[in-house]
Amino acid sequence: MGPLTVYEIISANTNLVLAFVIGIGFGFVLENSGFSSSRKLAGMFYGYDTTVLKVFFTAAITAMVGTLIFALLGWLDLSVIYINPTYLWSAILGGAVMGAGFILGGFCPGTAFCALSIGKLDALAFIGGLFIGVFLFTEAYPVFEGIYKAEFMGAPFVYDALGMSRGVFAAILIIAAFGMFWLGEWSERKFPRDEY
Amino acid sequence: MMNLDKSKKYWNPYFGGVMLGLVLLAAIYTAGRGLGASGAVKSVLVTGMEAVAPSHVENTPFYKEYFASHSGNPMKSWLVFEMLGLVVGGFVSGAMAGRLKFKVEHSPKITSRKRIIFAVLGGIFFGLGSQLGRGCTSGAALSGMAVLSLGGFITMIFIFGTAFALAYFVRKLWI
Repeated sequence: MGPLTVYEIISANTNLVLAFVIGIGFGFVLENSGFSSSRKLAGMFYGYDTTVLKVFFTAAITAMVGTLIFALLGWLDLSVIYINPTYLWSAILGGAVMGAGFILGGFCPGTAFCALSIGKLDALAFIGGLFIGVFLFTEAYPVFEGIYKAEFMGAPFVYDALGMSRGVFAAILIIAAFGMFWLGEWSERKFPRDEY
Repeated sequence: MMNLDKSKKYWNPYFGGVMLGLVLLAAIYTAGRGLGASGAVKSVLVTGMEAVAPSHVENTPFYKEYFASHSGNPMKSWLVFEMLGLVVGGFVSGAMAGRLKFKVEHSPKITSRKRIIFAVLGGIFFGLGSQLGRGCTSGAALSGMAVLSLGGFITMIFIFGTAFALAYFVRKLWI
């Protein structure tokens, strides 16, 4: 029964070794998918390259379906896996600030480290900015604390919030993703760019 | 099946997405948690601040709260090891595909200098937002969506929604 570390099938140190191995897989997949290029990532927002949309949603669906199958087979105890807590206002505001950072900087934190690993110096600059941004948050924490902790909702599931069952929501999400893939393919034909 | 796009030598994005999903599933199955990135930046910053400004760390509200909820060495964390692996994995992929090269990637319409300035600025926004939002595109949006967290979906919608909404105003940076 997983998660392996929670059920003490593997030790805490083994878990860290696996984190390193999983990280290698993470970086290898991101780089091979083109996520080490800021102009490819930014293409998402101008329609000329929707790789981000395709990789991101395919990954989310794959992991979601995999998690549900593992749970059905009795391999994974869903009640002990980490579910991100929801603080409504910080989820909205934090997301919006990150979106501004994405379109200005062309990376997100994971892709910036991936791009730095193959020598992209704009990624190094972005990572420098990340440290400044995190530093600003930690130093000005009392300013942000109110909104950071506002509207705490526990760790609700999206399907409960929408009043549907897990299976129905998962099915709708998969159909919606295929709709977005179709839009992405259409967009790349409509706004093509040769070289970037 | 290695579904390669021959013109750019990148993987087919749907194949890449399935692979990324399987990596994320491996994290959930072994560690009981999803992938992340910004948390490792915070660990490094906390460690650095402890080393250079210990008295400041002792008297700052953020660190008081941080150390009340985190025990042990911040560098001995799952996310730090995962991010070290990420850099290795990215390097290996880049080496295999012949993409290792020091360069500033930018639109021909802007200078390298302008690209660097906006990269720093974007990083500042993303760093600040990731703390406010309790995680970035990996930890909050992607991993949150995979475990069907409401917050994960909200953060994902606002990251991409805001980037789309602002894209027109900064189009010269990219196209």
